[in-house]
Amino acid sequence: MNTQARIPVIEVEEDFRERAHDALGDAQLRGNFRRAMDSLMTKRAVAFSDPEEREDLRTLGNAIRARALSKLPDLLEQLERNLIRNGVHVHWAETVDEANAIVLSIVETHEAKQVIKGKSMVSEEMEMNDFLGARGVECLEADMGEYIVQLDHEKPSHIIMPAIHKNAGQVGTLFHDKLGVEYTTDVDQLIQIGRRVLRKKFFEADIGVSGVNFAVAETGTLLLVENEGNGRMCTTVPPVHIAVTGIEKVVENLRDVVPLLSLLTRSALGIPITTYVNMISGPRKPHELDGPQEVHLVLLDNGRSQAFADSELRQTLNCIRCGACMNHCPVYTRIGGHAYGEVYPGPIGKIITPHMVGLAKVPDHPSASSLCGACGEVCPVKIPIPTLLRRLREENVKAPDAPNQVMRGQGSKYSRKERFIWNAWAQLNRSPALYRVFGFFATRLRSLVPAKVGPWTQNHSAPKPAARSLHEMAREHLAKQSAEKSGEQR
Amino acid sequence: MSARQNILAKLRHSLTGATPIADNFNEQLVTEPWSYAPEQRVAQLRKLMEAVHTEIHLCNEADWPTVLGQLVLDRQLPSLLIAPATPHGRRVSAHWDVHPELPPLKAYDRPVEDWKTELFDDTPASFTTTLGAIAATGSLIMWPTREEPRLMSLVPPVHFALLRASQIYDNFYEVQQKQKWAEGMPTNALLVSGPSKTADIEQVLAYGAHGPKDLVVLILEDA
Repeated sequence: MNTQARIPVIEVEEDFRERAHDALGDAQLRGNFRRAMDSLMTKRAVAFSDPEEREDLRTLGNAIRARALSKLPDLLEQLERNLIRNGVHVHWAETVDEANAIVLSIVETHEAKQVIKGKSMVSEEMEMNDFLGARGVECLEADMGEYIVQLDHEKPSHIIMPAIHKNAGQVGTLFHDKLGVEYTTDVDQLIQIGRRVLRKKFFEADIGVSGVNFAVAETGTLLLVENEGNGRMCTTVPPVHIAVTGIEKVVENLRDVVPLLSLLTRSALGIPITTYVNMISGPRKPHELDGPQEVHLVLLDNGRSQAFADSELRQTLNCIRCGACMNHCPVYTRIGGHAYGEVYPGPIGKIITPHMVGLAKVPDHPSASSLCGACGEVCPVKIPIPTLLRRLREENVKAPDAPNQVMRGQGSKYSRKERFIWNAWAQLNRSPALYRVFGFFATRLRSLVPAKVGPWTQNHSAPKPAARSLHEMAREHLAKQSAEKSGEQR
Repeated sequence: MSARQNILAKLRHSLTGATPIADNFNEQLVTEPWSYAPEQRVAQLRKLMEAVHTEIHLCNEADWPTVLGQLVLDRQLPSLLIAPATPHGRRVSAHWDVHPELPPLKAYDRPVEDWKTELFDDTPASFTTTLGAIAATGSLIMWPTREEPRLMSLVPPVHFALLRASQIYDNFYEVQQKQKWAEGMPTNALLVSGPSKTADIEQVLAYGAHGPKDLVVLILEDA
C-alpha cells in the first residue's frame, strides 16, 4: 500500500509554499485534519461552557506566566537550588548541540544502550532520537502517537496529537509492515499492540527521558501531564530519568499550576484533567523501593532568550503548549503540521520557530496567516499571536543595516525594489497633487495593465483600475451639484 | 563563561530597569466555581470518574475488605499485590487469612530490581490507598511511599484504590492548602483520574494504553 507515501514528510527539501501546495492537494490528509480539529474545537468549547469563567481564567493564566517571566532569572536559580536540594542534577544548555552533549554524557556514564522517551517537544527540538541513534543508542518514543510517527520515520504533525495526520488504516498497515502483526483497523487492538511492544521497552530501558509541563521554583517540582501512563513509566521504571525543558517553563509557586493545569487540559483536549498529573521532586530516596536512582534536568535556551529580550516578543514564552491555536487555525487545518517543516507547527510555531532557527530559515512563516485572530482569541495565556505575527513580518523586511538587531535572520525578506515601491507609494499618498496626477494616468491607461502581475495572478485575475477614480467622480459630482444650486438661486 | 552564566546574564540584561510583576493570584477563581456541598462530593467525583471508565463501589469501614475480596474473585484475578506494612495492607492480609478461597497476596516489600520481571509479567492486580480525592476534576491523590511504592499504581493492569469519603476535597487548590503541599513535596505526587487511556489514533478513545486498564475505587463512606 502506498497510502503513507502521500503524506508530506519533513525531510523533503522543498520550501514551505511547495509543501503547503502539496498538502492542500491531499484529500486524505485534509480530511484527517478537518475531522480532528473540528472535534477538538467542539470539545474545548464544551469544557469552557461558562465564557465569564473562561475569560477570567485566561486573564489569570496570562498574569501567572507574565509574572514568572518578569522574574525568570531569579526563578530559574530558585528552581535550581531547590532541585539540587532534592537531589536532582541540573544542567544548562544554550544550544541544542549542548543539550545533546549533556544527554550523551549521562548516557555514556551509565553505558546505556536503550533510552525510552515520553512525549517531549524539546527533545524534538534537539532531534534527540537521531542524535542518539547515530551513536548506537536506541531512543524510542513511548507516547502512542509519537511511537507511530517514529516507526514511520516521520515527525509529529501536532504537538498534542503527533499522529493525527494518519487514520487507523494507515496505522494498521504500518504495524503490519514494521511489527509483523496482522492488519487491523480496530483502534483498541492497535493500542494493545503498542502496549505490548512498549511494555518490554520500559522494562529494558537504561534511561527514561521526559519533557516538563511546569517546573515549580518554590518546591523544585517537575510537573508532567499525560493520559497514557508512558510518562510515568519513563520517569519511574528506568534507573535514570532525564527531563529536558525550555528555560521558560518555570512558574513561581505550586498554587500557580492549579489554574494553568485547568487551562492546559481544557484548551488542549477539552477534558477537566488528564488521567495522570505526575509531580516529580527528586530521585529515589535511600529507603524507597522504586523510582530512578538519578534524576537530571536539562534547561535549554535555544533562542528563547532572544525572544525574551524584546518585551513584546517575550509574550511568545507565555506558551504552555496546549495546541489550541493550531486546532483553531484555518491555515493549519488545511495544510497540516508537516507543511511547516519545523518542530512547532501552526500559529505558535510561526512565532516561536524564528527565534530557534532564525527568520531567514523560515521566511514565509509569519506571512502564512490570514490574521483572522482565532489563535489569539483561544490562547489560554493570551499570547497576542496575530500582533506578534505582524511584528515578525516587520522584522523580516527590515533593511540589513537597520539599527535594531532584534532577532537572528531578520530582514530576510528585505528587497530594495519593494522598499522603493513602498516609499514611492507613501510619497504619493502624502502629496494631493501627485495623487491626482497618479489617479489621472492610472485610470486613463488602465488597458495597459498586464494580464499577469506576479504572484497575485496565480490565483486571481489581474486588477484593472476603474475608468474614473472615485476622487475624480466625486469632484465632478460636487462641481455639478454646486452648479445646479447656483442655477436655482438665480 | 558557562551556559548557565550566559543564559542568566542575557535574561538579566533584558530585564534591566523592569520591575517584577506583582503576585495578584485570584484564589476565588480556582475555588468558587469548584465548590460542592459535602453531600454532593461523592456524587460529583463519581460522575467524573465513571465518565472515564473508572469502576466505583461504595462500602464502609467494616465491609471494605470483603468487597475487595469479592471483586478480586469476580474478576478471576490470580493474585493481588498489596503494601504489607500499611494499615490497609494489614486489613487485607487479615481478611485473606480467614478466606482461603481468595487468590494469593503478593507483597511489595523489596526493591523493584529484585523482582522487576515478576512485577511486569506476573502481577495482574494491585491494591493501594489514596491521600484523598478531588471532586472538581474526579482525581485520586496519591503520594507513594516506601511502604507503598510508585509502581504499584502503574504496572499491574488492574488497580484497586481505597478512598475515604471524608477525604474528598472540592478542588486542587484546597488540597494544596489543607495538606500543605508547598511546605514539602514527596519524591512523587500523583493525581490519577481514571484508567490509562489514549486518543492518539483518529481521536478514538482507547483504554489501557500503558498504565492500568482498569481502575477500581472503593469509596469508604465514613463522612
